Amino acid sequence: MAIRDDVLVVGGGLAGMTAALAAAREGASVRVVTDSESTLQQASGLVDVLGYPTPHDDADDAGNRTPVANPFDAVDALPDDHPYRLVGVDALRGGLSVFDDATGDLYRGGHTERNALVPTVGGTVKPTARYPASVAPGLASDDRTTLLVGFDGDTDVDAPNVAAHLRAAGVPFDVGGVTVEFPGDLDGTDQQTRLAHALDTDEDGVRRRLAERVKRSPKRAGDDVFGEGGDADDGAAVDGFGDVDRVGFPAVLGRARPRQVRDALAERLDAAVFELPPAPPSLPGVRLRYRLRDALREAGVAVTTGNPVVDHDVEPTEGAGGDGAENPAPRITTIYADRNGTKTPYEPDAVVLATGGLVGGGIDSERDAVYEPVFDCPVAHPEDRYDWSDADAFGPHAFARFGVRIDADGRVLGADGAPLYANLTAAGGVVGGYDAAAEKSASGVSLATGYAAGRTAVAAASSSHPTPTDVTADR
Amino acid sequence: MTDEPQPHDDQDVQDDHHACSGCGSTDDAGDTAKTDGGTAVDDAGGGTATDGGAAVDSGDGFEPIQVFPEAEDADLRPGSDDCYKCSTCDTTCPVAEVDEDFPGPKFQGPEQWRLKRSEDHDIDDSISKCSNCMRCDSACPSDVPLSQMHNTARAQYVDEQMDKTSLKYWRNRLLANYGTMARLGSTFPRLTNAVMGNSLVQQVNEKLLGITAEREFPEFATETFRAWYAKRGGEATSVENARRARKRRGDDPDADKRVAYFHGDYANHNTPEVAKALVHVFESFGYAVLVPEQRCSGTPMFANGMLEDARRAAKVNVGNFSELVEDGVDVVCSCTSCSMALRQEYPELFSIPGTAKVAANTYDAVEYLRINENLDGELAAADTTTDDLGVDSFAYHAPCHARNQGLDGQTVELLSQLDDVDAEDVGDSCSGISGTYGWKTEKYETSMKIGEEMFEHMEEADATTGMTECPTCAMQMEHGTGYEIEHPLQVLEAALVDGATAEDEAA
Repeated sequence: MAIRDDVLVVGGGLAGMTAALAAAREGASVRVVTDSESTLQQASGLVDVLGYPTPHDDADDAGNRTPVANPFDAVDALPDDHPYRLVGVDALRGGLSVFDDATGDLYRGGHTERNALVPTVGGTVKPTARYPASVAPGLASDDRTTLLVGFDGDTDVDAPNVAAHLRAAGVPFDVGGVTVEFPGDLDGTDQQTRLAHALDTDEDGVRRRLAERVKRSPKRAGDDVFGEGGDADDGAAVDGFGDVDRVGFPAVLGRARPRQVRDALAERLDAAVFELPPAPPSLPGVRLRYRLRDALREAGVAVTTGNPVVDHDVEPTEGAGGDGAENPAPRITTIYADRNGTKTPYEPDAVVLATGGLVGGGIDSERDAVYEPVFDCPVAHPEDRYDWSDADAFGPHAFARFGVRIDADGRVLGADGAPLYANLTAAGGVVGGYDAAAEKSASGVSLATGYAAGRTAVAAASSSHPTPTDVTADR
Repeated sequence: MTDEPQPHDDQDVQDDHHACSGCGSTDDAGDTAKTDGGTAVDDAGGGTATDGGAAVDSGDGFEPIQVFPEAEDADLRPGSDDCYKCSTCDTTCPVAEVDEDFPGPKFQGPEQWRLKRSEDHDIDDSISKCSNCMRCDSACPSDVPLSQMHNTARAQYVDEQMDKTSLKYWRNRLLANYGTMARLGSTFPRLTNAVMGNSLVQQVNEKLLGITAEREFPEFATETFRAWYAKRGGEATSVENARRARKRRGDDPDADKRVAYFHGDYANHNTPEVAKALVHVFESFGYAVLVPEQRCSGTPMFANGMLEDARRAAKVNVGNFSELVEDGVDVVCSCTSCSMALRQEYPELFSIPGTAKVAANTYDAVEYLRINENLDGELAAADTTTDDLGVDSFAYHAPCHARNQGLDGQTVELLSQLDDVDAEDVGDSCSGISGTYGWKTEKYETSMKIGEEMFEHMEEADATTGMTECPTCAMQMEHGTGYEIEHPLQVLEAALVDGATAEDEAA
């Protein structure tokens, strides 16, 4: 017999995990099946909801755009087929509450509906709804004097350059950047996990030694932000450091014990300590993944990783194929996951598709067609492939909006606008109708559609069997 | 490498043929027949490679000209090209987290492969620091075959750059060929245990061979699993037991329910109780358990770059198991590294006929029962008490090779069906021993540093007993925490099999 669950989620990214948690909240038995480890490990760890509702219309002459202050107020400005318009702001609030419950003290931003502005490792300022606690002291809306620190040999964070970018962006605080050598044998190591491990375990007093190097560094900041420096060689704090209120580091401040690491550095520096949200790979992303995995475990969700879904069976419901309003859609009965060549069957009552977009592999294309590879859900796209993209690299690309269509409950729609299957919902990047990169809405759409899809899946599952599943029933 | 025709596989076949025609002994002939057993019509790729090799070796000294100089390595190019340098693999590498001199899987795989395109580049020494945990495989968002690249590079390193007269080479060879050692040890288990447990011998091992004296050498069982199986009447007994169980269960007594058990060396020589548990549990579900002749799965050989040793072992295993698979018999393993080897490493590295078919029909033993029987339901219905088990809580560690097969959640899910039994997952970290890796003096410290997180979580779990599927993870868990370690099959046996042990003891 196959492995049975009420709800099976295909895909383990933010959308899939949110759908799983939302479904588990309703009391369903839930399983997540994923092709590989979550790509949250590549994400910055920031959870955006909506930064630029009409990204291609509202740039000024210099190409600059102003982010929205409150994403919830801006939803009405979105096109009708945008996922936020379809599932509604209540689903978005629901998704955020699932996220907040799961992440607890690891994240900040839940105190307001307004966007926070977070300086990133690229020297830009990003509007975001939730941000790691490790990032919180670095917000751009804060006017405290800031020193950014990079490590010698780490090509990902060029601190003086990031500081210069932020000054050019007009942040309301003084900011300078320095490069220091990471203490001990680790100078020049570019493996983030190695540095994080050393800080986690305070290997050879590395926390203290790093803090001391940072304290001696401001006079080398190369600008007049911190005033004239003193003699660095005496090991005492130079004049300039007294002005520094907060210190930003590459995001390597611990994997297992990040708070302990930050607190220890802050105490020695007598300044607030934060991390710059990084480019991939990303420890804030790794921490988020671990935290959500723990939340799934606590919620009793089973997770099966490393097994792509390769096949499925469909059973037409009674009366399927008839006309009119009473035309029930067929049901997906069995899902097959590949395990190194063997096909493992699963028999869930409802399925959530959360396989990601074009980059994640949830949507794929050939020269003349765009398609959804798992269930072959229809994906609308222009016939002529030259219309798939815009001539302007940052222009309104059609491909950015490719994806499956869903209804207000997250059900996947067929070409005729009716649900494709009675028990299939979709969430996250696989859903079309939004330009995540330009709008800065990727995480919020995953949360909102994940919430809707997870709850609808539970309803679809319970409608398939009136009594709760009895595991011993068919012995 | 896949089952596509491989020039060096052709080479291998040629060598075999030379060996055969050279000595013409019946032994070799028998071996070849076994190896070719699966040729028939099965996986075309492997078949082609073998046939190609044989045809080329027509005995007239013809040597094919390599028209495309890079063709030999062409199959790793797409994988290398698929890498877009996100470095996610590096963040999941347990070795890179504790050893700054290890440049991580992205370098060892795609980057090193590219560097090797230029003739004057050696494989970097750091390849031997990779523990072959294979975590990078499932971390990669772009399906780069990292462990395949590592295995290939490591084999090339050992082949071309390692001094074959060095103690390190022979130490590695000895560790990799544990099965050979174990066969000797099992002949006089008590004597061997006494000798290996002797602290003077341990010091000699450490000083002379570089095998750490920090660890207790695993004890050999006084009776191997295979000896036990033969003594209880071999296949005939298992067939009869299964038939009786089917009758008792109300199933068709004449049904053809058979599995072929790949037990590997460790369950045979060191933990026969795990292998016996498998036999009892499968027989209770009505399956006859067959135990074809077999050698080591090859896992320690891959990890030590001894690819030719592994190929020889794989040939025997694939040959013997593919005959049964042809007959519709599935293969089950109790060790997750063994199942990993049969399912993933064999098809990636060898083009032995029958490999693909064996890979597609190999399962973890517990996974197999979950798919084909109502294992969860029967466990939930079993009125097992903690007294029956002697244990009320387990600290469970998922081996990396179980994780890579998507099996990491399985045991905790299953055991949650048992009332009164608590199984806590001690987290996603690697145990750090990685087979023979943590046995090497120069790797011991790294191994223990990697294991630190698991040790902490196990201690926090405050359980009665530790649990895992992998024999070397079990050694590390015991070594780092003092917990006694069980295999999930032993719990299934206690929960589901009535009096099996008593029955056997009586017999």
